[in-house]
Amino acid sequence: MHEDSNRHAYSFLTPPEVQFLDAAVERLIPADELGPGARDACVSYYIDRQLMSNWGMHGRNYRMGPWAEGTPQQGFQSRLTPQEIYRYGIADTDAHCKRQYGKAFRLLAADQQDEVLHALEKDAIELPTVPAKLFFSLLWRNTEEGFFADPVYGGNRDKAGWRLLGFPGVAASNYNELMYTQTTAYRVEPVSILDIREQRVALDNQGYPKHVPLADAKDGHGSH
Amino acid sequence: MAATKLKAVDAVVVGAGLAGTILCKSLAETGLKVVGFERGRMLDAQHDFAMPYAHDELKYDRHSDILQNLSRETITFRNKMSESALPMRELGSFKPGECVGGAAVHWGVHARRFLPWDFEVRSRTLGRYGAAQLAADCTSQDWGIGYDELEPYYDQFEHLYGVGGKAGNLNGEIQAGGNPFEGARSREFPNPPSKATPIGQLFADAAHQLGHTPFASPTAAMTQPYTNPYKLMLGECVSGGFCGSHGCAQGAKASPLNTVVPALGRHDNFELRTLANVVKINLDSSGKRAIGVTYIDARGREFEQPADLVVLSAYTFNNVRLLMLSGIGKPYDPVSGTGVVGRNYSYQSHGKIQLFFEDKIFNPFMGGGGRATSIDDFNGDNFDHAGLGFIGGSYLAAQSSGAAPIKNKPVPPGTPSWGGAWKKAAAYWYNRSFSLNLHGACQSYRDCYLDLDPTYRDANGLPLLRMTFDWHDNERKMLAHAMEKTAEIARALKPAKTGAHGLSAKYSIVPYQSTHNIGGAVMGADPATSVVNKYLQSWDVNNVFVVGGSAFPQNSANPPTATIGALACWTADAIKEQYLKKPGLLV
Repeated sequence: MHEDSNRHAYSFLTPPEVQFLDAAVERLIPADELGPGARDACVSYYIDRQLMSNWGMHGRNYRMGPWAEGTPQQGFQSRLTPQEIYRYGIADTDAHCKRQYGKAFRLLAADQQDEVLHALEKDAIELPTVPAKLFFSLLWRNTEEGFFADPVYGGNRDKAGWRLLGFPGVAASNYNELMYTQTTAYRVEPVSILDIREQRVALDNQGYPKHVPLADAKDGHGSH
Repeated sequence: MAATKLKAVDAVVVGAGLAGTILCKSLAETGLKVVGFERGRMLDAQHDFAMPYAHDELKYDRHSDILQNLSRETITFRNKMSESALPMRELGSFKPGECVGGAAVHWGVHARRFLPWDFEVRSRTLGRYGAAQLAADCTSQDWGIGYDELEPYYDQFEHLYGVGGKAGNLNGEIQAGGNPFEGARSREFPNPPSKATPIGQLFADAAHQLGHTPFASPTAAMTQPYTNPYKLMLGECVSGGFCGSHGCAQGAKASPLNTVVPALGRHDNFELRTLANVVKINLDSSGKRAIGVTYIDARGREFEQPADLVVLSAYTFNNVRLLMLSGIGKPYDPVSGTGVVGRNYSYQSHGKIQLFFEDKIFNPFMGGGGRATSIDDFNGDNFDHAGLGFIGGSYLAAQSSGAAPIKNKPVPPGTPSWGGAWKKAAAYWYNRSFSLNLHGACQSYRDCYLDLDPTYRDANGLPLLRMTFDWHDNERKMLAHAMEKTAEIARALKPAKTGAHGLSAKYSIVPYQSTHNIGGAVMGADPATSVVNKYLQSWDVNNVFVVGGSAFPQNSANPPTATIGALACWTADAIKEQYLKKPGLLV
């Protein structure tokens, strides 16, 4: 399948960087009884593709100086691009882990990994190049995107993120008939842009997919 | 590099968004030679927003190419005058468009009129409560035009854009099912209201129980197939979500692309020049008359387009910036409180209460198309403000916006921000929650304004616009009051959990709030406190009109789009019926 053949075709990230990210994103969204985590949803691959896109170099951002840190209300003011934030953020964090625990991040126990991620989030680690919080916030933003964006971007493999929520993906054209009366969960096989591009689903005459109910459709997935 | 001087035309319109396209069409109908300028590209809705590609949350929420490209031009921002402004390096709080159709391509189709009170904020406040009700530094003022005078143009815009709704006040008579607080309408909406969705019905029942009057928010997503006065056909919205921030795959969302632009093609005397960024309005040696505009094309070539009439109809920021770069009108000085260009920049205030239910399922991905049930009981001056210490208000709504999964996964307060517990909570509550949204007004203040940044420049070397803005006590108190009223409704709905998100301590440019930036080139009856007169004509250079949200002297709680549309129709009429017959200052 297309997704499989591309699964390891990384363009920007090096193998150790991929291992770092696989470990980190799996702590952010772990596999559990509800389904796959971010690692198996190929979030690292999603991040790699984003980093090679225009966004990876902040191609649509204002990037002229002078550069100043500013207030939180003034927003992103780093001169580092996402490519740089990942490259230096991973190296800096791994160096911290080796000092603190004697091992690279990917080799730490899960609770140690969580400890490091919490510290990054709270800016409690002083990284030499990238502000810890900046690295974490970008990592979390991209992990969420990679888990819940259309699989056409390389993540959300097998629509794991959409299955988790019960999100049907590309809309069908009959919601007007359903939305006023449907009081149980609308459970269908999610449809992605990738599915339509690869002609895996039937379309109606308006070009909207025909949703197929899930075989085991039942309400209240996910116990609380 | 010397600019190439082109053959003169009669009129130019700068910015082909919601206002500009209406002005282009109206001017083209007179037979004049008209050129419309747009810095972005032409869009072909059928191909640019084809299925299934239009249903791409990542693209349209995070990497959209129909929004302003900040690598070429942005604004700078600071909360207060004592800070150094820094450039907005990535989009956040608002999303200006950069394409034919502008921000009205991706708008959320909420097509409310402003309240009659909104046009006379100062005089009605003084009349009802006295001067003590207004903050000393509040510069809110009357518009120089009243609701009744603008009403026929609201009506015109609503028929152009196929707005669906139910009148609440028809020629002074209150109508059941509509908004009883709205200004009088001369006739019904062109399309029926959207039906209350399940969350809309829950909200309506609770609001009704508490003595409020719920109604279906007017929407410019078609509630039935519609043909507008230009004989352009729009299809019925299918509630497929992917609406706000997105172009509509079906053409059911009214925008310049499907309500006006195709009709422009019928006029041989009209030309739309895209990828043409106007950088200056040129004046004659007296400084009292515009002689055309200078623009830069996609290749960086500079052209001078002479014209007898210049209509500025860009986004709020660019209208104000172009006036400043061209030396039209006296720039505002917040220290002395004199000058007008850049004065009274304002925004809108927002809050929400998230409701989480154990026993209800909402299928939140169904929706979009402006489907919302609202109350106006706490909007404008619809309630007694005596003793409250603020003016203005909010409308409260339950909106079925179509919850796409990257950014719509509410979790109850206290949930970890990531990890296994977050994942379980996100999965559990996605289908069991909705929000009550508060949309609040924002008054204008002496220290909230726009000027040219002293440091940062755009890709052409021209100074960026600088925004100085923060919340004031009036808005803090107003939103806190609205949050209390919303919490009463929330309690009546008996959710298992709630999460309240009121006004931020300081205004931040980071999280998305609304693309409802207004003011800076405000209209009014007095040249000492306005840039343009009630016809949106420059007091200083009479053959320049400045149309858009930039003309609002302060902001209503209601979304600005319908009022921008009405003002565009009003100005188009004034130019056609008065100015062209007798060029000069309109009175």
